Amino acid sequence: MKPNKFWAWLVFALGAAYFLVPLLATFIFSLRMRRNELSFDAYVSVFSDPRFYGTFGYSLAIGAVTIVVGVLVVVPAVYFVRLRMPWLRPVMEFVTLLPLIIPALVLVYGYIRLYNSSSIIPFTSSAFGTDILLTGAYVTLALPYMYRAVDNGMRTIDIGTLTEAAQIAGANQLQIIGQIILPNILVAILSGAFLTFAIVIGEFTIASLLNRPAFGPYLVGIGTNKAYEPAALAIISFIITWGAMGMINVLGRFAPRTSARTD
Amino acid sequence: MAAFLEVNNLTKTFGTTTVVKSVNFAFDKGEFISLLGPSGCGKTTILRMIAGFEHPTSGSIKVDGQDITGLKPNQRQLGMVFQAYALFPNLNVGDNIGFGLKIAGMPAEQRRARVDEMLKLIGLPGFEKRYPYEMSGGQQQRVALARAIAPRPRMLLLDEPLSALDAKIRVSLREEIRAIQLELGITTVFVTHDQEEALSISDRIVVMNNGNIEQLGAPHEIYNKPATRFVATFVGHLNTIEATVLDAAARTVAIDGQTVTVSALPASAASAAPISLTLRPEVLAVGPRDGNDITLTGTISDVTFLGSVIRLRVALGRNIISLDTFNDQRTAPPARNEPITISLASKDLLVL
Amino acid sequence: MTDSTSRPTRRRIPWDYLAVAPFVIFAVMFLFMPTLSLIGTAFTDRAGNFTFDNIGGLFTDQILAAYSISIRVSGASAILGALIGLAITLAIIRGRLPAPLRSAVMTFSGVASNFAGVPLAFAFIATLGRIGLVTIVLRDVFHLDLYRAGFSLFSFWGLTLTYLYFQIPLMMLTIAPAVDGLKKEWSEAAQMLGANQWQFWRYVGLPILWPSFLGTLSLLFANAFGAIATAWALTGSNLNIVTVLLYNQIRGDALQNPGLGAALALGMIVITSLANVIYLIVAKRAERWMK
Repeated sequence: MKPNKFWAWLVFALGAAYFLVPLLATFIFSLRMRRNELSFDAYVSVFSDPRFYGTFGYSLAIGAVTIVVGVLVVVPAVYFVRLRMPWLRPVMEFVTLLPLIIPALVLVYGYIRLYNSSSIIPFTSSAFGTDILLTGAYVTLALPYMYRAVDNGMRTIDIGTLTEAAQIAGANQLQIIGQIILPNILVAILSGAFLTFAIVIGEFTIASLLNRPAFGPYLVGIGTNKAYEPAALAIISFIITWGAMGMINVLGRFAPRTSARTD
Repeated sequence: MAAFLEVNNLTKTFGTTTVVKSVNFAFDKGEFISLLGPSGCGKTTILRMIAGFEHPTSGSIKVDGQDITGLKPNQRQLGMVFQAYALFPNLNVGDNIGFGLKIAGMPAEQRRARVDEMLKLIGLPGFEKRYPYEMSGGQQQRVALARAIAPRPRMLLLDEPLSALDAKIRVSLREEIRAIQLELGITTVFVTHDQEEALSISDRIVVMNNGNIEQLGAPHEIYNKPATRFVATFVGHLNTIEATVLDAAARTVAIDGQTVTVSALPASAASAAPISLTLRPEVLAVGPRDGNDITLTGTISDVTFLGSVIRLRVALGRNIISLDTFNDQRTAPPARNEPITISLASKDLLVL
Repeated sequence: MTDSTSRPTRRRIPWDYLAVAPFVIFAVMFLFMPTLSLIGTAFTDRAGNFTFDNIGGLFTDQILAAYSISIRVSGASAILGALIGLAITLAIIRGRLPAPLRSAVMTFSGVASNFAGVPLAFAFIATLGRIGLVTIVLRDVFHLDLYRAGFSLFSFWGLTLTYLYFQIPLMMLTIAPAVDGLKKEWSEAAQMLGANQWQFWRYVGLPILWPSFLGTLSLLFANAFGAIATAWALTGSNLNIVTVLLYNQIRGDALQNPGLGAALALGMIVITSLANVIYLIVAKRAERWMK
């Protein structure tokens, strides 16, 4: 099996090179703002820009609202469909796959045409309305991931048996969801939340078309005007994404193990 | 006649633990051999070394006079059946059985004929277009058997092929495997942890424990004359009686106050020393029986109705022993707490 | 629901429907209605009458070229991403590389597959742009001038190379469970039957992975086809791909016809749906052996 291992290592090394060289190059590039010496000037420049904080804060807030709305929309639906209306499952699977097929750009175009200032629900005529639209778009974008995370979470804990056990113990529907189901799928929900966060935080297309002061459009603006700051921002973004994914990994260790084999 | 399968000083070490310790055995062509033992005893490792998936740390394996120790698995011309069937899920039954023939380059026409012949042999004619997922576990395992023997391997290796199946199918399939093996005369090595399986199917059994061979012999030898305490307890049910030696010279011992004369005592036995005696549940009889020279009295503490056999638990005092008696359709089974007299032959008492 | 019949006297709250309602309302408002309204617009002229003119309007050189480049970039990055991703996954899982390495690679894949959009473009500009670090090093140290040799980050291959940065990890994440599902016994059974490694993969391993491979391929295609942020940050509005064209249309009605813009969007949905339909048809044939 020696030649087998050699090929495995070779493929791995080539892949690692492709993925690590741009990161390394970008990092070194970001340090070259000062002539003839390496410095963190580009980072200083980024962190001294008030618009960096303004747009990042805005995206953070929208991201948080997106996660809350996403959970409220997805969790009860997945729970009741799994438990009482299994015939709806294929429909849900299909609906949650649609955002992967319909490009975000197309969706936002539809929003702008459907909810313009002269329509019945003129979301785009106020800043608050547009924020709602932006949140809706992000929830849609995150729907496939949020759905799968929650669905997997509910499969591992076998909600059917848990629900029956709680009912026999005398719990009502709200108690079952609040005290039994939610705590058990918390890790799954949080995984979906961090994934949502990673998707939303640097999103450019929808935010820019809806004219919201989000982090993504700000990045593009820096990209057209500056030389070294974009590289620094790329590294910062990578670290943020890494943080979000790292959180999912850490959370995974606290996830409940499958108690019963359901499939 | 030279041995067909010969294993010499076979040793396997994983890291710091040695799971197979210098094992030797030799078997003739056409024999059905079982490797029997608890999990972790090294039986599966031996099979996987014969198959070529594990390399021995030292020692050699010869098949039909050829040393195969250094050969790759696909050069050994052996057939193997796995515990979890391991049928290729993307191929139908016909293509699964024909896989080895296709690899060997057999023309499609001949291949089809061989596949048909195999399907008849395993009692599944007409199943060639089915996919594995469309069949029961027992059917899948029969296909796996057909796939293994279709290329006419020199030897068949069975890695706990029955343990994933239901009890009923387990029995019928093991009889079928034995019938096919006898019909083809193929040398077979069967790994199992189920002593009943090994006893019923084998020509000879290798009982293993902790990487060592405890005993090698025909099923009746293993059962009737267990060489070690491990074999005696692992194969079949065994009663252990704690007794006290009364007179070593007169070979008398006391079992819960009842004096018994045994046929032999170990040389180390001294008067007033405790001693363990063992015996099989089926050698005991309710009441007297011809040839039984020992009689004991006690109380029935438990009755288990098993159908053709009734297993009684008899309390003699401190010792509680199991006793098997045939069911008599005309009388009710004995009841709990009844006094009972049992008898046995002193030669059936084993001192281990 | 089941006990509402046994206790008819007590009014029960229809929890089931109430709980699914937010999901349904949400899907209708933010998924179905916008899409349907766009489809409607695509078949409506300025006066509000039904027309096929907008669809016909797509068949101009500029728009067809945009679709063509988009399809080629998405196709190339999806196929290459899928093949390379599969190769790396096989190397890590089947090549029995150390277990800690595997978990590190999978975590990294999670990060890289989400490291898309604007920051990714920045990273590649800093690496392979005209004054990117690798470009400079290759030119000064190895005397290989990429841009004089015809390479450009802002071209077809440049964009494809950049997209691979999130396509490969996405492939790895989605195919890893399937590769894990390849049982060790299948390979062992094949070996016992005389097959070598290549024959095992040819007849068993790859056919089993094929449906998952195809499914991921169509996902990767749609993923790249709808992407715009990376391309936008990389090239501005220079590269004539369909998402950039549509973006300009939404921004400032660049095509000067909302109906045509909607038709452009409809065309995108049709193409990604088509990719999925092709997948479903091929997968159905390839999945005969599945439950």
